[in-house]
Amino acid sequence: MNVPLLGYEPINGWYHPGKEKQFRGWFGIVTGTVISIDRVVKSFGTFTALHEVSLDIADNEFFTLLGPSGCGKTTLLRCIAGFEPVSGGQIRLHGEDIAPLPPFKRPVNTVFQHYALFPHMTVLENVMFGLQRLGWSVVDAEGRAKQALELVHLSQFLKRRPGQLSGGQQQRVALARALAPEPKVLLLDEPLSALDLKLRQAVRMELKQIQRETGIAFVFVTHDQEEALTMSDRIAVMSDGHVQQIGTPREIYEAPANRFVADFIGETNLIEVPVLGIEGGMAEVSLPGGRALRCPTPLTGPVGQGVLSLRPERIDLCAPGEADLVVTATDQVYLGTDIQLKATLAGGQELTIRLQNALATRLPEAGTQVGLKLEAGAARLLAA
Amino acid sequence: MAAMAPGGASSSEIYKGNAPRLLLPTWVVIGVFLLVPVALMAIYSFLTKEFRGGVIWEFTLAAYDQFFLDRGLFGDEPPSIEWTYITIFWRSIWQAGLATVLCLLIGFPTAWFIATRDARMRTVWLLVVTVPYWVNLLIRTVSMKFLIRDEGPLNAFLLWTGVIDQPLGLINTNLAVQLGLFYSYLPFMVLPIYAAVERYDFALSEAAADLYADRWTILRLVILPVVKPGLVAGCILVFVPSLGAFLAPDLLGGAKSFMIGSLIEEQFKGAAGNWPFGAAAAMILMTIVMIVLLVYARSQTREAAA
Repeated sequence: MNVPLLGYEPINGWYHPGKEKQFRGWFGIVTGTVISIDRVVKSFGTFTALHEVSLDIADNEFFTLLGPSGCGKTTLLRCIAGFEPVSGGQIRLHGEDIAPLPPFKRPVNTVFQHYALFPHMTVLENVMFGLQRLGWSVVDAEGRAKQALELVHLSQFLKRRPGQLSGGQQQRVALARALAPEPKVLLLDEPLSALDLKLRQAVRMELKQIQRETGIAFVFVTHDQEEALTMSDRIAVMSDGHVQQIGTPREIYEAPANRFVADFIGETNLIEVPVLGIEGGMAEVSLPGGRALRCPTPLTGPVGQGVLSLRPERIDLCAPGEADLVVTATDQVYLGTDIQLKATLAGGQELTIRLQNALATRLPEAGTQVGLKLEAGAARLLAA
Repeated sequence: MAAMAPGGASSSEIYKGNAPRLLLPTWVVIGVFLLVPVALMAIYSFLTKEFRGGVIWEFTLAAYDQFFLDRGLFGDEPPSIEWTYITIFWRSIWQAGLATVLCLLIGFPTAWFIATRDARMRTVWLLVVTVPYWVNLLIRTVSMKFLIRDEGPLNAFLLWTGVIDQPLGLINTNLAVQLGLFYSYLPFMVLPIYAAVERYDFALSEAAADLYADRWTILRLVILPVVKPGLVAGCILVFVPSLGAFLAPDLLGGAKSFMIGSLIEEQFKGAAGNWPFGAAAAMILMTIVMIVLLVYARSQTREAAA
């Protein structure tokens, strides 16, 4: 029982209240790769859930797998945890392939979507469970479990059973239970989805803080782009079993690699345009109405037709004379901080524009012609 | 009432004053079908027997004396213990206990298997388990007798294959009775366990595996404790009727596999009966069952409080 798994030994004194763990890095500063997903394939019968997915996750990084339901993000997480055997490829943990190992031999812990707390055990017993399986003595396990519960501010509930706790508290127990054995990687499967909005927002920041304090790499699965953007060091956007793009929240939002990413992250307007030329990451396109526009693009080769992504918050109103686009206003939606303006192009295509709700904001009446100015960074040309 | 809606009353408030009236049907059923019969039985056990069945209304401890003591309390010599009935009792307890353990060992994997099929197959498998029990218990027990008797198909088959060279002589043994009990009450084990396993959240097994527990540890520390109410319900549902069973020992057993149920049955059957003695044996049986259940309930509440 005392044999460490994979040469991995939980280190005592992982967290002492009042004595912060040694600072190990900021946002993107990478100290090494902890998990390397190498061309992982997962099939269920004839359905392929993961198509040769490859990505590297760095030490003490908050890494998010983001995508719509059915994109394979949870499957990938379950492959890392070992609940699903992979159909091909390697999952390397510090260089060692763990894909053939059963879940109980992987130094990886999971926070489950619905927590999966053991209902017949107290909070303390739940958190001690993993430590005792690793061969810790009751005294040591209890000490560590109490530290972990302190970290999530649940010290007063040691003797309660999970059924006597609120959803938010159960979520913290699940987090403490998964953190206590000090895994190399902590996997989180949409852990906030069962909480209500206010609580979710509070827990986000706390999770991020705990991740920094412990220095454990977090792999966080979510379909909520706001969650992903606010918490992550890096995000992998997935759809249909493929990784569409990996990057920092800013890269993903400002420089989407393709149409799917642009559409899935934030709001955008997608309009088809003829491409005049591409050179050195910049494209020249012809806007509806005839004006030419230079904008960044991930494309290289010569393409005839492309999709222009226009972020609604980077479009402004102006006089029709100096406008990039001329549209007809159709509708407006009041959003509090913003006002959303709906308009149509001459071709009938709908556009959405977001205007800050300032006192000076003048909204055009429905049916009137409006000029639109594209600010820097508003447009990006993507493959059709 | 903190959760009370403005202008309305909470449900507990509405029902509070009416509780006695609303509970009336329950009390009638419990009274007519439980308390009165038990009281009658208790009274009868202290009456004097009438030779052609029935009782004479004269108070006596004769029935209990007959059950426990060879030389009675009221004779000239010192009393001594009558072992005949205590032996029958003891045999009933271990037969019922063994049947419970066997049902548990077979029933848990069966229930687990059924509960882990997809929804449509679950119905099919449940039907497969329960359909034989639509046939009357008497007929099933007689069929068992025909199957295992020396001239029956089981022995014929084993003789034909050459596994044995003379019939096993199963009939009229404790083993035959055990087989009958096990077969009679297996579904009472399978169904409650199935209900518990079906509600089991398999994410718990994953969580345990994630926390370094191997398969046996998961079974021991997570699955069994979580489905324990189903196991306990199954054990009670098998043990209690097995303890009082009379068809299996009557039809499959011999003189040496006599059980308490048969003993009680005989006392109420025909002219040879002894109603007070039968009632006393039934009271003793019931007392033992009650003690077992109370001890269990007590241990549960203590566990919950800890």
